[in-house]
Amino acid sequence: MTTLLWGVLPYVTFALLVAGLIWRHRYDRFGWTTRSSQIYESRLLNIASPAFHYGILFVLVGHLVGLFIPETWTHSLGVSEHTYHLFSLYGGTAAGVLTVAGIVLLIYRRRTNAPVFRATTANDKLMYLVLVAAIVMGMVAKLSHSSGDGYDYRESIAPWARSLFTLQPDLDRMAGVPVLYEIHMVIGMVLIALVPYTRLVHMFSAPVQYLFRPYVVYRSRDPRQLGPRPERRGWEKTGS
Amino acid sequence: MRPMAQIAMVMNLDKCIGCHTCSVTCKQAWTNRRGMEYVWFNNVETRPGQGYPRRYEDQERWRGGWELNRRGALKLKAGGRFRKLAGIFSNPELPEIKDYYEPWTYDYKNLTDAPLGDDYPVARPVSQLDGKPMKIEWSSNWDDNLAGAPAYGDLDPMVERTRTEASEKVRFEFEQSFMFYLPRICEHCLNPSCVASCPSGAMYKRAEDGIVLVDQDRCRGWRMCVTGCPYKKVYFNHATGKAEKCTMCYPRVEVGLPTVCSETCVGRLRYLGVVLYDADRVTAAASVPRERDLYEAQLGVFLDPEDREVRRACETAGIPYDWLEAARRSPVHALISKYRVALPLHPEYRTMPMVWYIPPLSPVVDALSETGHDGEDAGNLFGAIDALRIPLEYLAELFTAGAIGPVRASLEKLAAMRSHMRAINLGEEPDPSVPDAVGMAAGEIEDMYRLLAVAKYEDRYVIPTAAVADARRLEESALPEGCSLDFEGGPGMGGDGPFGQDSGRKLLPLVPVENFHMLRRRQTADDAAEIEET
Repeated sequence: MTTLLWGVLPYVTFALLVAGLIWRHRYDRFGWTTRSSQIYESRLLNIASPAFHYGILFVLVGHLVGLFIPETWTHSLGVSEHTYHLFSLYGGTAAGVLTVAGIVLLIYRRRTNAPVFRATTANDKLMYLVLVAAIVMGMVAKLSHSSGDGYDYRESIAPWARSLFTLQPDLDRMAGVPVLYEIHMVIGMVLIALVPYTRLVHMFSAPVQYLFRPYVVYRSRDPRQLGPRPERRGWEKTGS
Repeated sequence: MRPMAQIAMVMNLDKCIGCHTCSVTCKQAWTNRRGMEYVWFNNVETRPGQGYPRRYEDQERWRGGWELNRRGALKLKAGGRFRKLAGIFSNPELPEIKDYYEPWTYDYKNLTDAPLGDDYPVARPVSQLDGKPMKIEWSSNWDDNLAGAPAYGDLDPMVERTRTEASEKVRFEFEQSFMFYLPRICEHCLNPSCVASCPSGAMYKRAEDGIVLVDQDRCRGWRMCVTGCPYKKVYFNHATGKAEKCTMCYPRVEVGLPTVCSETCVGRLRYLGVVLYDADRVTAAASVPRERDLYEAQLGVFLDPEDREVRRACETAGIPYDWLEAARRSPVHALISKYRVALPLHPEYRTMPMVWYIPPLSPVVDALSETGHDGEDAGNLFGAIDALRIPLEYLAELFTAGAIGPVRASLEKLAAMRSHMRAINLGEEPDPSVPDAVGMAAGEIEDMYRLLAVAKYEDRYVIPTAAVADARRLEESALPEGCSLDFEGGPGMGGDGPFGQDSGRKLLPLVPVENFHMLRRRQTADDAAEIEET
């Protein structure tokens, strides 16, 4: 079981993520969108969406710092374990609360606003379930181990996560990890695997290049598009 | 000098009868799909009126177009690059669908399925957004023909501005009201703020013909273009989550056909043609400090296709020969630069729009005749222009950022044309002082008359086919990749795909450009001889 969860599942997740992204880019660029529902309702969205997105971005940064900056580095900077714990507890909780508040408002809006609810697919519902579960379990795991110095995941989970990249997963480190953390991790991996197959894929189109390109874009007709080409996904045909 | 070609349009508002044929045919051709129910790439507004979407001209609210920053450089009114990215999670200035209108259909089924009863069954309106019965309260032309103007006319942002400058000129009492129609499509601007707003770089201006398009495969649905366009002519498809806009019917224009809205225009008021412009001068012209100078500044960007220097530069820049020839014969160039009767719509947005309008003059003649004057006498006409029922100030707010001079000059030319042509029609000696008064030669006035009043199909639409070189390329690439013997019943007949008919890879039908034009000649020619000789 340990091998399956911590030795196989991470790689399956990674493979699904990469394969999904390639597949989506190759065959479904037309479907690659945020599918915004702002045009139906924008008052609530203007509050909830930035709250959720900025919250989750901060949470992401927290996870990256926690998992990929070794304890020895922060020690050498003179940051004690207790200081680090407090920082991660309060910072993480603040970001988590912002995220949860955002997503609760977003889901409330999605359920109560008829056009928005009508535009919600089964795929979206599954995605929301996994996303909310991952966020809530993360908060629960963190807060139920918050007394004293809390649970020091930087001596167990973080080295294991780093060992994944050397293709020699350090399974021994995962022994004795609290079960709440384990549940959070499994849901988290499911969520990562789902990204390319749901609307979450829009996170990979963050338009950073906008900062560097000229304002007005000129393009010539693509000679490869002048001749016949197989039909691709696009505007639906009339009468279909 | 960096010359570029642009397919541009001019609409003669004097002739628009507000029949909405352009809107309907455009809708049928392009936006009769789910997700686009509320979208009209072409719409006809009654002015004064709020427009579609409601009050789109109020840029203090919707933040479309460009403005000058403190250093006098152009910046997007909705905020620069960093502000756009920081606010990408929700777009605070996005119009909601109810600012356009909530699309609906009718519960037609009830007409046949209703149980027997005392009342006639009715088809209730049903919202296409949530599928529930709804009350229809607004649509794309709810205030058509000034409907509701006494109550809502004051909401027209241009009426508000006219009032501040020339109070009391705009009235909505029945006897004193005025109106005209304003058909609108995408302006295909030279300095498009929608393109500049797109974070993904999915929107682009085509280098060959200046048509502004959205790459559906690269659009990620950030919706910044909708805010960026001050004319609100980029729309969000709520089914696919992508932006869509008027395409200037590029598949038609590429083979030399006018756009659907032009082709079907009952009043024959639309003109299509090539305009040459200097891309290097666009930014400088768009950043002229005074808004009222923007019209003149944009005229300065256009190049004269008769100029030898320009022609040489165009050749170097790779603009095909037949495009240059089309630019010389272009009705749009004539109306904009030569006769200077066409004016841009809202130049103050600094986007350098390329759909221009000839302001309406019509009611003046009748009005003058009623007062016992000779309505077509030049002296009376010129004098009456300032007292037009459609106030010059209102037209100026629409077309020249408030500068009355160019609007009056344009209307005076139209008045001079009436007077001059009446003299000719009545067999009188035309008074040479009439063309002189508007700075035109008699011959020019007659040419303008031919273009505006006779308005032959060939004169209205001078569209070069996707350049000859390009057409060859098009034709060759349109040949099927398979064996040439694979025709119906032929020796190499390939047969169905692996899973029966309609399976496997399909090729687009083969339509070489020559066949296309031959077919068109056959359809439009009056007799067989005409097909032969062309």
